Amino acid sequence: MGQTIKVDTLIKTFQVPEREAGLKAAVGSLFKRKYREVEAVKKISFGIEAGEIVGFLGPNGAGKTTTLKMLAGLLFPTSGQIDVLGYEPQRREKELLRQITIVMGQRNQLMWDIPALDSFELQRAIYQIPEGEFRRMRDELIDLLNMGDLVKKPVRNLSLGERMKAEFISALLHRPKVLFLDEPTIGLDVTAQRLIREFVAAYNQRYQASVMLTSHYMADVQALCKRVIVIHHGQLLYDGGLAGLVEKFAAYKTIGVTLNDPELDLSEYGEIISNSKGQVNLRVPKSATAQITTRLLNEVAISDLTIEDPAIDSIIEQVFQQEAQVV
Amino acid sequence: MKQHLDLYLTLLKTSIISQFQYRVAHLFWLLAMMVEPVVYLVVWGTIATSQGGNVAGYTAGTFAAYYITWTLVRQMNIALTPYAFENRIRKGRLSNELMRPIHPIHFDMSYFMSLKVVTIVLWLPIAGLLWWVFQPAFTFTAWWQIPAFMLALLGGFVTRFLCLWALGLVTFWVTKVSAVFELYFTIELLLSGRLVPLAIMPAWVRDISQWLPFQWTFGFPIDVAVGTLTGPQVAWGLAMQAVWMLIAGGILALVWPHAVRRYSAVGA
Repeated sequence: MGQTIKVDTLIKTFQVPEREAGLKAAVGSLFKRKYREVEAVKKISFGIEAGEIVGFLGPNGAGKTTTLKMLAGLLFPTSGQIDVLGYEPQRREKELLRQITIVMGQRNQLMWDIPALDSFELQRAIYQIPEGEFRRMRDELIDLLNMGDLVKKPVRNLSLGERMKAEFISALLHRPKVLFLDEPTIGLDVTAQRLIREFVAAYNQRYQASVMLTSHYMADVQALCKRVIVIHHGQLLYDGGLAGLVEKFAAYKTIGVTLNDPELDLSEYGEIISNSKGQVNLRVPKSATAQITTRLLNEVAISDLTIEDPAIDSIIEQVFQQEAQVV
Repeated sequence: MKQHLDLYLTLLKTSIISQFQYRVAHLFWLLAMMVEPVVYLVVWGTIATSQGGNVAGYTAGTFAAYYITWTLVRQMNIALTPYAFENRIRKGRLSNELMRPIHPIHFDMSYFMSLKVVTIVLWLPIAGLLWWVFQPAFTFTAWWQIPAFMLALLGGFVTRFLCLWALGLVTFWVTKVSAVFELYFTIELLLSGRLVPLAIMPAWVRDISQWLPFQWTFGFPIDVAVGTLTGPQVAWGLAMQAVWMLIAGGILALVWPHAVRRYSAVGA
């Protein structure tokens, strides 16, 4: 299977009007307007294989959504090349639009006042899906997402989670080969989040679709993505396996020990993250982990010891706090 | 062709279902919109009576015919305002439409056509009441008057729809251009026959309005219904509608690809 998405030295620059605060500056800007160029995406390159789910990570304003919008053809790149399923997305050719979809967690695409079932019918007509294929796909998606008769209720009467599920059904009826998911689980409760994750995984398995996912919930990324792309200040910081991200950026490890004597002070071995009735978690530099573990085993009476990488959330947070450094 | 028909029928059906959800709101909106022509009608009817029976050939009955037809034409030529376009671009709401493999104009066209299906049902009893109160005087000169009126009504809507859509594209370059739109609507008010029948306006106003789109979307269909136009005048009016459809459609086709390049999808 080849690559469905190819991005080469992609750049997006926005011209942003700029002026000082106050009336004088406001009047001045009537006659002479100043603009500042903001590079939202700076020469990023990557490729995504058919059937691959890739997590696209970065803090707010990193350039994730701008990149997704360029890949979906909503924004024109300033320079660089994008190839999605053999098409240039910015040309917005119908053949490409019939094979891709974008789901945005903060954006409603269904018609608000009518049942989702009627909106699905509209999708059938828009994407010219043959009647039999449409019914089969619709029923399959309704079943996968446990929507049942909820699709007969007006969308405005659905809960946020139910609405998101209906959005997914609507977005996938034409069986897209490429999915751009921008924070699809935002604001959902944990059960709805899990269901959406399982659904995306099932769709990906069944139809070998490529998925690009942005999410601030690391649980989404851990559950779905073997590979992640991290961008910060518009630059690509990391592209590789999730495990590799931990290896590359985790400067610390967590040593958990269960002490025989709960009163013992372990602060000389590392930074104590937590201490509860003899269950102590220590943060230690990754390079010193082996040496500190040996010391603990030799010098302290302990009944159990574990070594763990820090939680992925804290690694990502740490990466974002670093200055952008292209790899 | 079959695919486009399926798309339009489904779009219409879906929009009508959606519109009927708010039928009471539509009814009140319709009633509110009736105030304007009724004011004109009362004023001009009074003037006609005080001037010995007519103003520039318009009697109180002709004015009644004009403004009752006005209420239908006004409903039928409602199209997407450039303000809605501005809102759509500023808030990034165009993104949904842009992701679909059909031009966004089809969604708007079908939406407004469905709106007319709903409003015409609500308009009929109001028109009946106005007819009973003001006793309009229509002149039926030939069998073709009714089909010509239907055609002019449809032509007026499509022409106005395309002109406003083309004007809305300005928003891709200048995000907030309400003043430009206001200017357009003020000129339209004066030169379309909305405020007063153009026949009452000075000759130079009629000469200018001949070459602009406004009267062909408003006053012309009314005049066809009232029966103040000859056969050649009706044919000329329909031809002018076609010309303005071509001009606005041509501008759309030329400008749209450049406009979309400037879309910043902010907020979506």
